[in-house]
Amino acid sequence: MSTFDDPFDPSRPLNPGCVCGRHRSQAEHDHAAQRLLQCAPVEHAPSAERRYQGVIASAVMRAVFPKDAARRAFLKSVGSATALAALSQFFPLGRATEAFAEAGPIEKKDLKVGFIPITCATPIIMAQPMGFYAKHGLNVDVVKTAGWAVIRDKTLNKEYDAAHMLSPMPLAITLGVGSRPIPYTMPAVENINGQAITLAVKHKDRTDPKSWKGMKFAVPFDYSMHNYLLRYFVAEHGIDPDTDIQIRAVPPPEMVANLRAENIDGFLAPDPVNQRAVYDGVGFIHTLSKEIWDRHPCCAFAASQEFVTGSPNTYAALLKAIIDATAFAAKPENRKQIAEAIAPANYLNQPVTVVEQVLTGTFADGLGNVRNVPDRIDFDPFPWQSFAVWIMTQMKRWGQIKGDVDYKAVAEQVFLATDTARLMAEVGLKPPAATSKTFAVMGKTFDPAKPDDYVASFAIRRA
Amino acid sequence: MGRFLAVRAAVVSLMLLAAFLLVWHQATRGVATVAKMDPAYARLMGATATQGASAMPGPLEVGAKLFEHLRHPFYDKGPNDKGIGIQLAFSIARVMVGYLLAVVVAIPIGFLIGMSPLMSRALDPFIQVLKPVSPLAWMPLALYTIKDSGLSAIFVIFICSLWPMLVNTAFGVASVRKEWLNVARTLEVGVLRCAFTIILPAAAPTILTGMRISIGIAWLVIVAAEMLVGGTGIGYFVWNEWNNLSIANIIIAILVIGLVGMALDLVLARLTRAVTFPE
Repeated sequence: MSTFDDPFDPSRPLNPGCVCGRHRSQAEHDHAAQRLLQCAPVEHAPSAERRYQGVIASAVMRAVFPKDAARRAFLKSVGSATALAALSQFFPLGRATEAFAEAGPIEKKDLKVGFIPITCATPIIMAQPMGFYAKHGLNVDVVKTAGWAVIRDKTLNKEYDAAHMLSPMPLAITLGVGSRPIPYTMPAVENINGQAITLAVKHKDRTDPKSWKGMKFAVPFDYSMHNYLLRYFVAEHGIDPDTDIQIRAVPPPEMVANLRAENIDGFLAPDPVNQRAVYDGVGFIHTLSKEIWDRHPCCAFAASQEFVTGSPNTYAALLKAIIDATAFAAKPENRKQIAEAIAPANYLNQPVTVVEQVLTGTFADGLGNVRNVPDRIDFDPFPWQSFAVWIMTQMKRWGQIKGDVDYKAVAEQVFLATDTARLMAEVGLKPPAATSKTFAVMGKTFDPAKPDDYVASFAIRRA
Repeated sequence: MGRFLAVRAAVVSLMLLAAFLLVWHQATRGVATVAKMDPAYARLMGATATQGASAMPGPLEVGAKLFEHLRHPFYDKGPNDKGIGIQLAFSIARVMVGYLLAVVVAIPIGFLIGMSPLMSRALDPFIQVLKPVSPLAWMPLALYTIKDSGLSAIFVIFICSLWPMLVNTAFGVASVRKEWLNVARTLEVGVLRCAFTIILPAAAPTILTGMRISIGIAWLVIVAAEMLVGGTGIGYFVWNEWNNLSIANIIIAILVIGLVGMALDLVLARLTRAVTFPE
């Protein structure tokens, strides 16, 4: 049945095709009819608004009565007018139609979104097999990419319309650190928490960070939360991350192999790398990142400013799909199902049990214990602008950016909190009222209004 | 006698293979000691940790995996999961495009360099500097300037397979025997006719040797390039399975890459033999 037919018509055909059933499509039927009857009255096309109303009502009808037979029986027995009235009572058809109609036609349906195969990308990945993109009228190919630098270059080259990035990356790109400066936006955070410090099994007895002098650590990228969190963590324990230990950027897939080869002593990495190291018996989970900063952002959904302003409706639909998927992933009861959807070779290419342990938070820690931390990884799309300010204070602290930074302006330009808030409301989520908040990292409170004082308050720093 | 030698060589080859497989099987069969584990904990762990299985797969495991791949070489389960046959086809197509472009560019320029001692001297430093550059070093530059990862991969193939052909063509053309050229000159043969009827056949074996070296290099480079840009191809397959730490699949990829490389080399070896002449 066509999406634009009258949803309250009990005799509405179930198969796509024409009303009489003899032609493959309505267009063919019309063409045949025209040939038969040249003087047929000209029918006015239904207005756009009526059409949207029909689409929304169809969706609601199908959601309420997923079985075709039941829907028809209901419509036959009560009549379409009553059905419309009854539905409108518990579903605000008018409001939903309005929200949909506001979006306008999508400029570009076929999109390419790049991702790195880690669980941080869960909303971006799962939206494909679980139909969130399709639900918002998009045909999205999610393309696995080999590394952060490649995903950055492919997005800058416009091979990807949008991409999974580490949340510091859009800031770095906008500031022109490590690449040419291009205005970049980060309309949604994908996941919060979900990282961990993993050490090689031979360091079982060196759990005190003060004893880590001389160790070699890996992080996925220089401009990553992983780098800043690891530096913060060791610095709080009196270890200078630049002189006392070695930190190098290693792509996540190579981390476990390097740990096994004893090339590195540990890493602060995204999952499933940590759990995979445990699964293969080469490492143990020392600290979950939520124990450093609970509800910290990690990866992000990013798009160039050009895409956001050039095709606003596509962007809105894409972002809605991501927010929708993120909301679905935030519910613990859905996690098992998601793990099964994203573990196959097309997506993460990992054993299901590894992904499941990461997402459900019931996991083996590599030392013989089963731990249960339900919010080991969580999903919350809201891009708090104070997150951006914190990230920039760390870039400053470790000398990645020099000179004065207009923290607030860059944060507002890159972390599109107000857009996200509007779209969150549209898909039925409750966005927070403010766009900034204070939080504590390892017990130390961060005030986004005083970033310079914050940088100056650390004993170990480069700036 | 020649036939007999071939049979004996084949027998020795098979025996070496059997010995290798046996050693491999024995080496990976070993079971390490395993600490006692809580069953609830063990359920969350992999076979390496629970059964002490070697992280290196044995020949039987690799054989089973290979059979899987060969049974469905052309499946397509979305943009990131395609059969090994499709991946190979992507890689071969890329190599062919890059390589043929290199042939089109290298052979005329090689001719020019070979026929003109001045150009030969003038271009030599550039060739010597660019020749040893690794394919991966070209990649970031290509991505930045070409702005398309597929074209960048082809460009890297092109630039890496260019030099051996260029150098060999120039050398082949320059070392055509002076007597033949002098004969041509006394007969007042035109420059173009001389190039096509005397120099080209005389230099053909050297040129084809250069092309044979180049195809080997192109095939070496494609794996590295595809590991970097990802998406499709046998290099992407290796990277994807590395990501999954599946050594069995990587061994299969190595085997397949080797076989295709051998096939490409055989084709050019045949061609070389076809143009070789006795003096």
